[in-house]
Amino acid sequence: MKDKFQSVGQNLSKVDGMGLVTGKPLYTDDLAPKDCLVIKILRSPHAFARIKGINTEKAEKLVGVEVVFTHENVPKHLYTRAGQSYPEPSVYDKYILDEYVRYVGDEVAIVAAQSEETALKALKLIKVEYEVYEPVLDMMKAQGSKSQIHFRERCFLNMDKGFEPEKNISAVYNFSVGEDVDEVLENCHVVVKERYKTQAQAHTMMETYRAFSYIDQYGTLVIVSSTQIPFHVRRDVALSLGISAGKVRVIKPRIGGGFGGKQTVQVEFYPALVTYKTGKPSKIVYDRKETYQATTSRHAMALDVTLGSDLDGNIKAIDMNIISDTGAYGEHAATVLGAAGYKSLPLYNRVDGARFTGKAVYTNHIPGGAFRGYGVTQGTFALESAVNELAAKLNMDPLVLREKNMIRKGESSEIFNLTTVGVGSDPIPMDSCELKYCIDKGKELIDWGNKYPRKVISPTKVRGVGMSIAMQGSGIPGIDTASATIKLSDGGTFTLLTGAADIGTGADTILKQIAAEGLGVSYDIITVFSADTELTPFDVGAYASGTTYFSGNAVKMAALDLREKILAEGARMFEINNEDVLFDGLEISSKDGNKTISLIDFSNKLIYKRPHIQLMGTGSYTTTDIAPPFVAGFAEVEVDLETGKVDLLNFVEVIDCGTVINPKLARIQAEGGIVHGIGMALFEEVKETKKGKLITNTMMQYKIPCRMDINNIVVDFAESYDKTGPYGAKSIGEVVTNPAPPAIVDAVFNATGIRIRELPITPEKLKMALINK
Amino acid sequence: MIINLHVNGIKKSFDINPDEYLVEVLRRYGYLSVKKACDTGSCGVCTVLVDDSPVLSCSYYAVRANNKHITTVEGISGEDRSLGEFLVDEGVDQCGYCSPGLILTVIAMKKELENPTKESIVEYLTGNLCRCTGYVGQLRAIMRYMGVSE
Ligand code: FES
Ligand code: FES
Repeated sequence: MKDKFQSVGQNLSKVDGMGLVTGKPLYTDDLAPKDCLVIKILRSPHAFARIKGINTEKAEKLVGVEVVFTHENVPKHLYTRAGQSYPEPSVYDKYILDEYVRYVGDEVAIVAAQSEETALKALKLIKVEYEVYEPVLDMMKAQGSKSQIHFRERCFLNMDKGFEPEKNISAVYNFSVGEDVDEVLENCHVVVKERYKTQAQAHTMMETYRAFSYIDQYGTLVIVSSTQIPFHVRRDVALSLGISAGKVRVIKPRIGGGFGGKQTVQVEFYPALVTYKTGKPSKIVYDRKETYQATTSRHAMALDVTLGSDLDGNIKAIDMNIISDTGAYGEHAATVLGAAGYKSLPLYNRVDGARFTGKAVYTNHIPGGAFRGYGVTQGTFALESAVNELAAKLNMDPLVLREKNMIRKGESSEIFNLTTVGVGSDPIPMDSCELKYCIDKGKELIDWGNKYPRKVISPTKVRGVGMSIAMQGSGIPGIDTASATIKLSDGGTFTLLTGAADIGTGADTILKQIAAEGLGVSYDIITVFSADTELTPFDVGAYASGTTYFSGNAVKMAALDLREKILAEGARMFEINNEDVLFDGLEISSKDGNKTISLIDFSNKLIYKRPHIQLMGTGSYTTTDIAPPFVAGFAEVEVDLETGKVDLLNFVEVIDCGTVINPKLARIQAEGGIVHGIGMALFEEVKETKKGKLITNTMMQYKIPCRMDINNIVVDFAESYDKTGPYGAKSIGEVVTNPAPPAIVDAVFNATGIRIRELPITPEKLKMALINK
Repeated sequence: MIINLHVNGIKKSFDINPDEYLVEVLRRYGYLSVKKACDTGSCGVCTVLVDDSPVLSCSYYAVRANNKHITTVEGISGEDRSLGEFLVDEGVDQCGYCSPGLILTVIAMKKELENPTKESIVEYLTGNLCRCTGYVGQLRAIMRYMGVSE
């Protein structure tokens, strides 16, 4: 009956696509009032200092300056900028402005003026006297440092995650399963024990951070922001100003990319403060330098991995120990750290023992934050590199080693129980794990049989292949929430209201497909609206790969709820039982065929005649189900032995994301995610001077992959169905990024015999290693 | 100072500061399709056509454009408009922020390259960065638009 219209699995174009490509004014700064105050921020030139004195007199007197804020005259409420469900597991270690500055770029003063020019002039007129401290610029030395970056009495914890400011520790994460890892390792015939290092990576979304705000007709403080997390922004801004969340409304327009950066409340506090205090509209637009200098980046990590196996390659023990650099503030410190372990180690579920220990330490670097992959990218790099090293040691094809040890369909890992809120102790089977298919298919697509391990092309050029597997989550079970409402309007049309944050991903489009599927109607009669904290129901936002799974499930619930209501109203109209009513997407009819009404007439009648109602369906979703997506990635590189340059010739990735709701959009999502991984493997690195000043503060210095760097990318999907996902879907957004760094490193190893354990693989690094070989 | 620009076929005068870049002026006057992403001439997002040639409007003084013809995405017409459909068809309109600059560059490229190949297309467009799509999907769409086969 419902098969007349099938929406799931269709290559629908993005609902906002034509608007985007015809250059419609849809983004934050396009919508800002023309005459609004412009905000600029004075930033610390020191990596660690205390403001001894600050004089704003001259700046305030400058014609056109509206207001100047310093730590002396802003509301002082502690908060975290991490956009997470409340109560956040991140330390509240931040004020809007503080007397301490903790990295080069930290906020010192806020100026709002009638023009950008005036605001910039005013910044120069502010005189600041600093007491400069010795900064902590090496994460490995943070714990023993004499400099203490945060103080217990100046922070607030919702929950204790191991915060120990005296040792510059923001969070600790430990877990272990099975037997004692040290004992198991002692009895292993082959052991790999190495340290891997991943660099800080900058999101470099094309639209930099920005927001504007105004007071609306109801006296509400409205913030229009380029954000992934409108509902968290609402709560956090209210907290920072000490006002009720009911006084704050957040609107998310179209977003020019986020990749996790906009899961941190980076800029919204400033226009909110200025507008709240002055009553006038105001905006802030970070330029590219500020975006690099004064927001967040991927947590740099040092990861020690020890793997033990028998002579046949059965992995018996895994030990992972991480130091994560959370920089000046603890946004996402505990969760990124933990995810590095608990979303990578379950890949090898047959071990006798696994142990994870980790610390996220404060330093005077740019703060770490959420970045696509959220620690799992770092954890996967270390774990999968170690597994590849084990394969080399055993002289075994890495595919064979994976097949022996990796998690299979129907199996589980105790780690899921240990690290998921509210799941209990029963094993949680992975009933949609298609890793085996991913590996087999990837092997064929890259032509592993012919290419592994290397091919000499010329005396100076060698090719090699390498691979990795990976997983991620689908939202945060036990913690996150998504809700959706669908209304049936007159004229027989539907509107889907969702708080989910489409940040370019196509969420609006796939959620519409899910709504159409649930209602059993054509997607052409559904419109979507997202996201406005006053108008759309609650959704945590775009992160943790949660939108398809969490928001999708909420939309499905809303659709089924509304469909039931349509059938019930039909029954009333026809004066028959609910079970005797059919709805085929176009008409409501009685089973016996005697009574029929078109959807259009039906909806008009409901509203304008009797019973004068609008039908609405709603759904709120949370879960303790765990539905990890899985992937296998394969890289083929060509190394120039003379220069150390690595060309990535081919990258193949085979993905198990459950049902693919929209193959066209999923493919692009995957290709883009893979290139983020390639960037991390080969090009990108946030670099600072010895004094902690950022070097890579423009797109000339910070190299993201360009068109010439990317050759052939092949993406394929496993046929898979997860019964907990909406129509079988799991997530895709982050998992696709994880395999590239370890796969490329292994391809370079197979080509040259050089194992790079510290990303990125720059030509200099590789050439030096080749010389020293 | 006052300059005259023919923007999307219409002649108008613009009151500018001598040190203002074209991107700022165009946005100030409501041509909001023109975006800026890097300020350093590195990303191509701000590309507009000046007398049919692609120009980085973030590093091109507005005064240099005096009396010239400017095309922004709002002003593309005829067959050129279909390029957007090719991109949407392929699903490469992710965040969309790089699209206006890319589209204008492709339109110029189509006129300029006589026998376009995959390689010459990639080379021509290499200054147009995109952080979302991973490029290969854009290339598929653009090759179809240009009538170039693999
Ligand atoms: S904004 Fe002009 S090249 Fe990037
Ligand atoms: S689509 Fe987002 S930068 Fe290209």
